[in-house]
Amino acid sequence: MSIAGRLLQILLTTALLSFVFFMLIGLMPGDPIDLAIAGDPRLSAEDAARLRALYGLDRPLVERYLAWAGGVLEGRFGYSRLFAQPVADLLWPALRSTLLLVGLALLIAAGAGVAFGVAAALKQGLAGPIGLIALLAQAVPGFWLGILLIMIFAVTLGWLPAGGMAEEGEAAWRFLVLPVATLAFAQLAAYTRHAAAAMADALRAPWIRTARARGASEARIAWQHAFPNAAVPVITLIGLDAGALVSGAVITEALFARPGMGKLIYDAVMGNDSNLALLALLVVAVVTMLGSLAADLAQRALDPRLR
Amino acid sequence: MPPLGPLRRAPRRRPLQALAGLLLALPALLAPPSLARAEGREVLTIGISQYPASLHPNIESMVAKSYILGFVRRPLTAWDPDWRLVCLLCEELPTLANGLARQESTPDGRPGLRLRLSLRQGLRWGDGQPITAEDLRFAWAAGREPATGFGPAEFYRQAYELLVIDERSIELRLDRITFAFASMGDFQPLPRHLEEPIWQADPRLYRSRSLYERDPTHPGLWSGPWRVAAVQPGSAITLERNPLWSGPAPHFRQIRIRTVENTTALEAQLLAGQIDMIAGELGLPAEQAAALERRARGRFVLHWRPGLVYEHLSPNLDHPALADRRVRQALLLALDRQRIVAQLFEGRQTVAHGPLHPLDPMHDPAAPRWPFDPARAARLLAEAGWTPGPDGIRRNAAGERLSLELMTTAGNRSREQVQQVIAAQWRAVGVEVRIRNEPPRVLFGETLRQRRHQGFVLFAWVSSPEGVPRSSLSSTEVPSPANGFSGQNYAGFRHAELDAILEELPVTLQAEARRPLWSRLQAIYAEELPALPLWFRQEAHIWPRWLEGVRPTGHLNPSSLWAEEWRAR
Repeated sequence: MSIAGRLLQILLTTALLSFVFFMLIGLMPGDPIDLAIAGDPRLSAEDAARLRALYGLDRPLVERYLAWAGGVLEGRFGYSRLFAQPVADLLWPALRSTLLLVGLALLIAAGAGVAFGVAAALKQGLAGPIGLIALLAQAVPGFWLGILLIMIFAVTLGWLPAGGMAEEGEAAWRFLVLPVATLAFAQLAAYTRHAAAAMADALRAPWIRTARARGASEARIAWQHAFPNAAVPVITLIGLDAGALVSGAVITEALFARPGMGKLIYDAVMGNDSNLALLALLVVAVVTMLGSLAADLAQRALDPRLR
Repeated sequence: MPPLGPLRRAPRRRPLQALAGLLLALPALLAPPSLARAEGREVLTIGISQYPASLHPNIESMVAKSYILGFVRRPLTAWDPDWRLVCLLCEELPTLANGLARQESTPDGRPGLRLRLSLRQGLRWGDGQPITAEDLRFAWAAGREPATGFGPAEFYRQAYELLVIDERSIELRLDRITFAFASMGDFQPLPRHLEEPIWQADPRLYRSRSLYERDPTHPGLWSGPWRVAAVQPGSAITLERNPLWSGPAPHFRQIRIRTVENTTALEAQLLAGQIDMIAGELGLPAEQAAALERRARGRFVLHWRPGLVYEHLSPNLDHPALADRRVRQALLLALDRQRIVAQLFEGRQTVAHGPLHPLDPMHDPAAPRWPFDPARAARLLAEAGWTPGPDGIRRNAAGERLSLELMTTAGNRSREQVQQVIAAQWRAVGVEVRIRNEPPRVLFGETLRQRRHQGFVLFAWVSSPEGVPRSSLSSTEVPSPANGFSGQNYAGFRHAELDAILEELPVTLQAEARRPLWSRLQAIYAEELPALPLWFRQEAHIWPRWLEGVRPTGHLNPSSLWAEEWRAR
């Protein structure tokens, strides 16, 4: 399918998803006024009816969806009930924070994972220790590692903050080190294993033997002949992980008290903030689909058989 | 009394807590010094576990908002740390004795009240404008308009007329008599010069266009010892000293409030010195605070304040077995609450014998109590027709098993532990317990409200001193489709005498005349058990040893309302 066709497909899927998300959120038990009544005994039946009408919750779900969709087409995404602000204003800072956190972690995990994987495939002696590192990365729960890092570097040594966001005059990178390390380590295993397996496969391919027979150096064989082929599954993996760039890492964000997309979506869904939840979920869906498209394009560029 | 629902002091999920406790134990004593110390103790950084949905004083009702607003604006009246109603912005509390409150008739001939309130002299908004009676009039007018969308509007419906007497005084006319008339609750001045034009433009859009939402750092919105200087949505609010505050000068130049929802992370930030104190109003759960107290003894002051959060088991009285009060009494007799508190909370909860806290002025220590007595519980169950079956579970004459559902908020580790112990203690007297938990939004939003529970629900109410529990006990407050599921009598409890007391209490103006009514209410409660009392929670307030003057309250008016008294040693 052409790029234009894929983009059209993404557009239609997004429209369909918006309807599905809206209905699912709307059908969840307990509307915002139900929750408010449960939380405040001073709210009478009269107050409930007044507030329902004010929020438009007394209208049928489909009618509400059409009103929401009409607003979106005019560039109005509505207000967040939880934060009393336009949802777009809330989304951007959360998105920026998550892109920074998860993007850096992904970059480090992919970079280190590929390096480890290639090294393990090329040097037999390194395969054992690197396999052990990958096993550890896979086995150690992220939250546990996060707490361990906080304990060592924030509480005991006092070198880095235990969490939160930098304020004016504070170095932002110091607040990123521990959460990025926690996330990157958790993702390291998958990249290492994929890269190692793909590189080992590539090194066994007939054209590698041919290259060796032609007298090509081992470095040239590894980087010019084997690596471009081994990179294809790794790129697929990065494409699949693109969704996480914007969906956030709710446990890491909670543990390090960083406001990001993961926490925002969780709060919006649990707090019945449909405008916010809907837009955030749609952003995640769109970025995931675009990530997948980008990965396909990158694969085509690397592998002529796919063109 | 509101249940501890998701919009209020929602219990946070703490799956990491146990592990974190172990991990944090060793370095607790090795932590670096507080950051505030390095800044000459002019800055105080406070950790709380919830971020406010709005900073508008009348929109949404959250503990986090009350806590933060306590620093930056003051209500007309509040309950002080000694649980006495006091004036904060007003000069004198209106009472019948001082003549500032008068009984009168409403225009349609019903008994009503007329109150006179005068603002203190010298009050100013942070932009220098004086706080006047016109600011109260605007707040009243906005609250009266249904489209404005203020949350609870009962006060505004009752206060049918507001007369501006002079620049600082108003008269309020209420369409009913209630002993709590002097408590103004959410009614407080709003900066008319800034907010009225926005409200007048379109009351329906006021909620989102108010400066409290669009420009919360505008100095003219605030009138307390500090004003909001910076907002980082979802994570932090910074307050700066307000030079126009007319009260005693606050010690701290800056207050930084940090939201860390995960209480393990909150504790870590405290130990790492990133925050100086954890507010008890929105801080660590009792078991976590008790563990911290053991580990980091000497580094912090850990002040336990008994509070008005009442943990209880609410039955559904439509359940055939639970409709029999002997069964409810037996189930309470079978619970060793003292032991649960000692084992699970290190003794840091106050065992409850009724809905009134022992510190409440109307608490009656002579009200009947149900001590742990499994033998008596067994006798009562047998009397009620439930006898042990071959598997130890009791059955009635029809052969039905005494099997009850026990629900609570899923993910609340502390309540889930309590649930397990209750199930074991009831199993010991032949009662089968089926545990079924739901997320707070489902439990409070649907199951409880529509009374779909088939047994007991473990949750909490939070109240104010001498708060009349009408919404949770009156037979007119049983949620039903007819009343839009608006009541909070989830048990479905109906008792004619109690209904009469609940109607009579609010209109009995003399405290001493109310006392026998309260005693009777507590006696009926103990006898009928519309809910099985468990305990009152204690708040764990944690602050550094160099800080003094903090006075936790234990009720809904937070300690921050008196924060200008806080000092660094």
